[in-house]
Amino acid sequence: MSQDKVELVEILRQMILIREFDVLAVELRTAKRIYGALHPYVGEEAVAVGVCAALRPTDRITSTHRGHGHCIAKGADINRMMAELFGRADGYCKGKGGSMHIADFAIGMLGANGIVAGGMPIACGAALAAQLEDQGAVAACFFGDGATGEGEFHETLNIASLWKLPLLFVCENNRYGAGNAVESVRSEADISLHAPAYGMPGVSVDGNDVLAVREAARQAVERARRGGGPTLLHCKTFRWLFHAMRDAPQPDLRSADLLAQWRARDRDPIARFEAVLIARGLVTAADVQAIRDRVKRDLAAAVEFAEKSPYPDPNDLLVDMFAE
Amino acid sequence: MREITVTQALEEAMIEEMERDERVITFATGRAPALENKFGDRRVRFTPISEAAFTGIGLGAAGSGFRPVVNWGMVTFSFVAMDQIVNQASKIRYMFGGQADFPVTFRCTTGGGIQLAAQHSQSPYSMFMHLAGLKIILPSTPADAKGLLKSAIRDNNPVVFFECSRLAGVTGPVPDGDHTVPIGVADVKRAGRDVTVVGLAYYVREALAVADSLAKDGISIEVLDPRTLVPMDAAAIRASVRRTGRLVVVDEAPATCSAASEIIALVTEDPQTFGALKAPVQRVCAAPVPVPYSPTLEQAALPDRGRIEAAIRRVL
Repeated sequence: MSQDKVELVEILRQMILIREFDVLAVELRTAKRIYGALHPYVGEEAVAVGVCAALRPTDRITSTHRGHGHCIAKGADINRMMAELFGRADGYCKGKGGSMHIADFAIGMLGANGIVAGGMPIACGAALAAQLEDQGAVAACFFGDGATGEGEFHETLNIASLWKLPLLFVCENNRYGAGNAVESVRSEADISLHAPAYGMPGVSVDGNDVLAVREAARQAVERARRGGGPTLLHCKTFRWLFHAMRDAPQPDLRSADLLAQWRARDRDPIARFEAVLIARGLVTAADVQAIRDRVKRDLAAAVEFAEKSPYPDPNDLLVDMFAE
Repeated sequence: MREITVTQALEEAMIEEMERDERVITFATGRAPALENKFGDRRVRFTPISEAAFTGIGLGAAGSGFRPVVNWGMVTFSFVAMDQIVNQASKIRYMFGGQADFPVTFRCTTGGGIQLAAQHSQSPYSMFMHLAGLKIILPSTPADAKGLLKSAIRDNNPVVFFECSRLAGVTGPVPDGDHTVPIGVADVKRAGRDVTVVGLAYYVREALAVADSLAKDGISIEVLDPRTLVPMDAAAIRASVRRTGRLVVVDEAPATCSAASEIIALVTEDPQTFGALKAPVQRVCAAPVPVPYSPTLEQAALPDRGRIEAAIRRVL
């Protein structure tokens, strides 16, 4: 199998895994087998996977409250992710974080974040570290369209550009900041237009086309690695499901027609990419089914791993507060 | 021993720690020419006036292997960075299960008494103490300032380092060499038998002055400086109160939910120390108002020697 084919099939597998992980997470939360708040990434898979396909293991990312996709795309272990959702001792954060605070510093995943735009300055700090280390590493910062309303967005774009930091600003414009449509809360719809104001390239890309995202990310990464500074990638996508759920999903006021349009096979990022690979003769429908089956087996194993993991010992409540 | 100011002591600490460890970097909105000339503009940066961003940049760089010293200037300006302090820095280690260390030091000036009026005369350490996850330092002498800043920079946790504005130009002896002071250890600045006065920052000096004056009346005051507010050296404070049986706490923050309240709670909830008390404890704190500008009003708002002495006489 050619290297190109290996990479493309892996991209497909990751997108399917992210979707199935979050579909399963919604089922688990509905059944009250996991706890707290859940923000599914369903429909936006091409952004995380396309960007992370352009990164190296030594590059660092920050994520959002809708962060499972970024974890998986950066290479996180789904067993430990699932154990974290189950609140167990073998979770990434030993059950202290849950869905909104999964991190894996060993693979450069510097954390999901419950605060809109909260991860942006942290990613900027990781990019500063990369610049000072001078080993060619970059950082990527995922955030939603809602983050553009926060001061941290504007401050961070300015400083990253001023200091020519090796940083990708990846805006996942899923068209909704919580319950608000983007056009109802922004004075200018085109988020990429913030880039020239801060002296950096701004690129709008079809966020449901994983290869287009990967190509745009590659160009931005290359520019960052050679000292050219940050790029703002505006990835236009769509949030298939509700903003958040606890015991039940928040009401979703969007029309059934609109949801159906975005879930159609010609817009679904996974169905589109499957069709590309099949048309190019790289996979068959049977191969795709085999990937899907494997993903489901892996997820079943992750749930089993999580359920076998013990709950954290209450005696460990104060462990991890301060470093030695 | 040589005598230098608190400001000089802090600059020495910065220079020595930046020489000692090349992963120490620093940024502030103001320029630091002495540091910049010595260590260059890669490690010593001046930033846009974007406190939220550069607070988070410090945190992110700390999580990526560096030891940033982030200077907010006045603590006032930290309030526009509260997301990064409250939601991120204070929680980041614990909520991620301790998988990374965040050795970042946040420096800021604090306190009133120099006619900077409401916004720039605040002493909000207890807001930060409340968060769980930040170490909090508040020194009162040049030697403690230097030794504790060096310890803060070497500490593997987020540390907020408060620098009392009225103490900036105060001189005192500072040992030569690699002088460090451990975080979390209080210091008895004057031993005494009759009353324990716990002072914070500027009010350690004021308590010492009152102790001198009362000594002439045969009243023996012990002045204790916690130096670190998180972790608080409760054992040292309780031990002192068990010896004297009387406690007065002096600080320029308003009393409500203050460091003074916390110190008193730590003393009174300990059965042995509670049992040793011979009088009700006293707080000498700022009036519950935004600190006013005019000197007459500002003096009325902040503690002074007269009020410290009155509180001491109330417990005797």
